[in-house]
Amino acid sequence: MAAHRCSYIAVLLSFCGLSLFIVAGSQKTTLPVGEHAAANGNPQTGTETAEQTTEPPAVEEELWEATEVEGATPDDAATDTPDTSTQESVVLSPVAQPKDDFQEELVIRPLPSGDIYASFQFRTLWETDFRVSHYRLFPKSLGQVISKFSVRELHISFTQGYWRTMQWGQPFQSSPPGAELWVWFQDSVTDVDSTWKELTNVLSGIFCASLNFIDSTNTVQPSASFKPLGIGNVTDHRFLRYATLPREIVCTENLTPWKKLLPCGSKAGLAVLLKSEKLFYSSFHSQAVHIRPVCRDQDCKTTSWELRQTLNVVFDLHTCAQGKREWSLFKMFSRTLTEACPLASSSKIYIDITDNPQGEQFELSPATSLLSQAVVLGDRRTFSVYDLTQRITFGTVHSLNLLIRWKSSEGHTLRPLLHAERYVAGYGLHVGEIHTVMYNNHPYRSFPVMLLELVPWYLRLYIHTLTVTSKGKENTPSYIHYQPSKDRVRPHLLEMLVQLPPNSVTEVTMQFERALLKWTEYTPDPNHGFYVGSSVISSLVPSIVAMDTNITLEQPLFSSFFPCKEESSFFVRVYTEPLLVNLPTPDFSMPYNVICLTCTVVAVGYGSLYNLLTRSFQIEEPSPGLAKRIANIIRKMRGVPPL
Amino acid sequence: SVIKITLLIYRRRGQFAALSIAAMVIIVGVPLWWRTTETYRAWLPVSQIKELDNLQLQLSVDVEVVLARGTVTPEQQKKVPLTQTQDEQQANTALRYRYEMRYRTATIMEEDALNKPTAAEADLSLHMLSESPCGSLVVYVIPESSSLLLEDMDVYIGQRRTALLRIGAQVRVGRTLEQLLAHLKPRIKQVLQVMSFSHTEITAALSDRVRLTPGNKGSIADSMRAFKSSPGWSMFRLMLHWDIEGAVETYIQPLLTKLAPLANFSIDSQILYYAMLGVNPRFDSSRNAYTLNIDSLAHVINPVEARLGSNAASSNPVLNFLLYVPDAHHSPLHIQDYKKQEVLSNAFHSPRWGGIMIYNVNDFYGPEAAFPVDININMAKVMGVFLAQLRLLLGVQSSTPPPGFLVAPCSSPGIADWELDRLMWSRSVENIATATTTITSLAQLLDQIGNIVINDNIAQQVSSTVMSLQLAVAELEAGNLGFALQYSKEAISASERAFFDPSLLHLLYFPDDQKFAIYIPLFLPMCVPILLSLLKILSEVRQRRREKQAKKD
Repeated sequence: MAAHRCSYIAVLLSFCGLSLFIVAGSQKTTLPVGEHAAANGNPQTGTETAEQTTEPPAVEEELWEATEVEGATPDDAATDTPDTSTQESVVLSPVAQPKDDFQEELVIRPLPSGDIYASFQFRTLWETDFRVSHYRLFPKSLGQVISKFSVRELHISFTQGYWRTMQWGQPFQSSPPGAELWVWFQDSVTDVDSTWKELTNVLSGIFCASLNFIDSTNTVQPSASFKPLGIGNVTDHRFLRYATLPREIVCTENLTPWKKLLPCGSKAGLAVLLKSEKLFYSSFHSQAVHIRPVCRDQDCKTTSWELRQTLNVVFDLHTCAQGKREWSLFKMFSRTLTEACPLASSSKIYIDITDNPQGEQFELSPATSLLSQAVVLGDRRTFSVYDLTQRITFGTVHSLNLLIRWKSSEGHTLRPLLHAERYVAGYGLHVGEIHTVMYNNHPYRSFPVMLLELVPWYLRLYIHTLTVTSKGKENTPSYIHYQPSKDRVRPHLLEMLVQLPPNSVTEVTMQFERALLKWTEYTPDPNHGFYVGSSVISSLVPSIVAMDTNITLEQPLFSSFFPCKEESSFFVRVYTEPLLVNLPTPDFSMPYNVICLTCTVVAVGYGSLYNLLTRSFQIEEPSPGLAKRIANIIRKMRGVPPL
Repeated sequence: SVIKITLLIYRRRGQFAALSIAAMVIIVGVPLWWRTTETYRAWLPVSQIKELDNLQLQLSVDVEVVLARGTVTPEQQKKVPLTQTQDEQQANTALRYRYEMRYRTATIMEEDALNKPTAAEADLSLHMLSESPCGSLVVYVIPESSSLLLEDMDVYIGQRRTALLRIGAQVRVGRTLEQLLAHLKPRIKQVLQVMSFSHTEITAALSDRVRLTPGNKGSIADSMRAFKSSPGWSMFRLMLHWDIEGAVETYIQPLLTKLAPLANFSIDSQILYYAMLGVNPRFDSSRNAYTLNIDSLAHVINPVEARLGSNAASSNPVLNFLLYVPDAHHSPLHIQDYKKQEVLSNAFHSPRWGGIMIYNVNDFYGPEAAFPVDININMAKVMGVFLAQLRLLLGVQSSTPPPGFLVAPCSSPGIADWELDRLMWSRSVENIATATTTITSLAQLLDQIGNIVINDNIAQQVSSTVMSLQLAVAELEAGNLGFALQYSKEAISASERAFFDPSLLHLLYFPDDQKFAIYIPLFLPMCVPILLSLLKILSEVRQRRREKQAKKD
C-alpha cells in the first residue's frame, strides 16, 4: 500500500528546495496496466498504398528465387516441439500473451483566441526488461536503442513554431522551438559522453533530424531542472544529458519516421488524421517521443516501459476556416475517422467544453452524452468523450466528422499563472544583455521556480552582472548552479531557484560579451544571427483545485504525463522564446584580401631593398641647360671653345 | 679610370648581393615553404601491398586415409603409413591447392566402429574416437564386402568430417600398394570435391579479383546469393502471433552457435501490422486463390522495407526473414513459378536481403469467424523454410553429389561439419580477396591524390591489415583453417577502418587554383627581380668570356 500515500511526504525536503520538483521517490504515480488481452492482430485491409518509398534493397542483381525446401528441414524438428503438432488450431485458451498494451487519444481544445489546439497521444506499455529482442507493439528501432545504449529515460521533441502561453494557456506537454533531447542513462554506463554521442547519431538517423549536431558545445548536465519522470532512484546528474537545437526545422521528413513507430502506422485509428500537408499548415506543431520506465502495478515491484508519442498542433482558425468560425475534423485534417486502431485497448477523443457548459459558446455535433472530468494543469476541465472502440460512435454513415460551430465570437482572455519571456537588449556588437522576465499571475500565492539558462560559449556571460529583481526589489535566488563555459568545448549553464512573489514580474538580467569566432566557425548564413536556446522554467505551481494523486484511478493520457505528488500544486515547464543574436561578422573575402595586401607590402619592401642591394649607383653629370646648349652650338659655329 | 674601377666594384657587389639573395631563397625559403605547406603522410608498406595484390594463395588440406582391415594385403600393409603430397596449380590463376594425404591402417577401435550395422552409427562412433581439426578430412576405406553401405552406394559422407569409401574388388585394384593408391586417388579426389572446397567455389569467392571464364557463370549466381562476408550479422523477422522465443531457441540458435566462428549473429523480431505487399495479387479462379507471379516478387519488398526501418543498434548487414500473413481480401495467396506451378514452400528469397514466406490462414477468414481469432503459427514449418533460406543466404551450398554418393541427412544444427568447413574455406579466401582489394585501392588512391593527409593511425591500420593478410595466407598454406579465417576477419575489419577513416577527407578537395591565387601575389614580385638579375649576371659572364676569347685571338 506504499503507493497510496502519495501526498505531502516529499514537499519540504529542504535541500535548497530542490526536491520541490518531481521527486524521484520510490513511489510513483502511473496508470495501472489494464488487463487488455484484446487486440490480436488480425490484419485489416488497408485501402491505401504505402506512402513512403525507400530505396530498393541493395541487391545488385535481382535474383528472385522460389525457395525449395528439401533435405534442409531439420528432421527431428517436429519432435522437439510438442505444441506445434496441432497445426493452426483456433486456440481460445489464454496463450502466454506478450504483455503489451496500446492506447490512443486525441484531445481538442478550442482556445480562447479562437484557434484550435489538438493533442494526440499514443502510449505503448510493455512489460519487459529488454533482455529479449522480440517486439510486438513496441517499435524495434527504439527498443534496440534503449538496450544498446542503456537508456533509462529518453525524451525527444521536435517543434515548429512557438507556443504562445499568454494567448493559449499551458499545453499538455511543453516543448521549445527546434529539437530538444534529454536522456537519463543507466548507472551502469561508464562512458556517458561517448554513449551520448553515439546515441544522438543513431537518433538522428531514426528521426531524420540533424541531432548529430549535438556535441559537447551544446550539451549540459542540469543539476535540478530535469528530474527523471519515470521511476528509479538515481538522480545523480552525471547520467543526464540535455541538449537543444533551436535552429532545427521540423517538417514532413521528421513526421514520417515518427508515424512509423506507431503499431497501426497511419493506416488505422487516430493516426489516419496525421496528414503532413495539413499538420504543417498550422501555427504550431510539436511532435515528441517519451520513453520511461513506469510501475507495472500499484506495488511497483516491477517496471514496464512506457513509450509515449505525442503530437500537439494548433490550427489557426482564420487560415483553415476561411474566416468562418466553424471547424471540423475534415477541415482541419482533411480526413474523417472510420475506425479505431484494432490494436488499441482504448481509443478516445476528448473535446474540452469547460468554457461552454450550456452550449452558449459553440455547438458540437454529433452530440455525445459521454462526459468526463479530469484535473489537468491545476484546473478541473470537462470533456465530451467519443469512444472510437464503440461502433455507435460512428453512427449510420460509419464515419466520424466532429464539428464545432461557434455562436459568439468573444473569447474570454486567459491569464496563465506562470509564463515567461526573454529578449536581448543592448546596442552595438560588443556587449549585450539577456533579459528573462517571469510572470507570476497568482493573486496571493508565491511559488519557487527553477530557471535554466543554456547559453553558448560565444556569448561570454558576465556572471557578476547577474541581477534578479521582482517588484523593484532585489530577489536573491536560494540556489545557484553555474558552470562557466569553455571556448569551443562547453556552454554556460546557469540554474537558479527563484521565489516569485504573488502577482509580480521578476526580471533576470545578465550582461554578455560577443566573442569573435574563427572564420570557419561561422554558419553559412552568419548575418542571420546565432540562435540561443530557450530558457527552461520548471515549477510546481499552486493549483486552484485539488489535484488527483490517486494513481489507481483510470485517467486519460493527457493528464497522467507528469506524476503528481501532492494535491495542492501541479508541475509546469515553461519554455521562453529562443534568442537570435547577431555576432560580429567579418567580411568573408577578408582572408584573401589580407593575404594579397600583405604579400604586396612585403613585395614592395623587398623590391626596394633588393634594388638598393643590387643596383650600382654612379654620379652622372647633369646635362647642361637648354640656353647653355644653344650657346654652345652658336659658339661652335663661331669656332670658339664651348662653355 | 678611378670612377671606372669603383663602378666595377659596385657592379661586382651588386652581383654578389643578387646571387646571395637567390641562394638564400633557394636554401632557406624554398625548404621553409615546402615544410610549412606539406601534408602529413605517414609511411605505408606499399611494396608489401603490391606483393599481396598478386594474390598468391595456396590452400592446403590434410587428408587422412585410413585403410580398414580387408582392404590391404599384409605385404602392402608393411609400407604404410606413408605420406603423399599432391600439388595442383590452377590454370590462369595464382591459386595452388595442396592435398596432403596420409595413409595409415585402422586402429582396433576404429575397426570396431566400422563394424557397426549402419553407416550413421559408424560415423558417430568414429567421431567419438577422435575429432579431426577444422579443415581436415578423414576418409575410411572399407572393403567391398562391408555391409555399411547399400549395394549401389560407394561413398558415404557423414555429418562430421569423415567419409566412408568402399574399395573396388581386389582383382581390379591390383596387387601392389602403388596400384592400390593409384586406384584410390581419383576416388578420394571426388570425395574431396564434395567435402572440401571446389575450384568453382573458390573462384566465385574471388569473383571480383579473378577474371572468369564464361563457362562458370552458374556458380556466380550461386555466390551472388551468398552474403558478402562481414564480421557481424543481425537478422530480424516479423510475424503474427507466434512463439518466436521458443522457435529461435529450438531451430535457429543451434545453427548460429555452429556458425559462431564465421560471424557474430544477433536475432531480433518485430510484428508489423498493416504491412503491404507492393503488388496486387491476381485472382486465379481455377484455384480459387490469389497468386503472385514470380516476376512480380521483386516489387514486394520495397513497401515492407519502408516499414522495417534500419537496424538502429549496429551497422552490420541485416538478413530479413519475413512471414507474411495475407489479409482476408487476398487470401489464400500462393507464389507461382515460371511454369505457372504453385511453389510448394510458398516462400522466396532475395540474395543478400533475406527471405519472405507467405503463410495462409485462410480457414479463419470465414464469414462467420468471430474476431479476434487466435492463430497459432506452425513454427516447425516456418522455421524449416527459414533455415533453408538461411543456409542459402549464408552460402552453404547443397550441390548434388555425384552418383554413388550418399550424403547423411542434416542433423539438428542444420549444418554438417564439412559443410561448415567448405563455408570457411570460401569465406577465408573471400575475406582475403576483399581485404586485399580494399587495401590496394586505398594505396592507389593515396598515391594518386597527394593532398590526402595520412595519419599515423591509418598507417597503423594499413600495416596491421597487411600483417593479418600475410598471416592468413600463411595459415591457409599450412592448412590451419580456423586461424586463417580469424586473421582474414581481422584483416577485413582493419582494412575497412582504414579505408573509411574520416580524417582522409579533410584536405581532399583543396583545389590547386586557389593555392596559386594565394601564392602568386607573393611569389611573382619576389621572384621576377631575382630571375632578371640572374639572367643579367649570366649574360655578363658570357659577354666577358667572349671578350676574353677575342683578346686571345
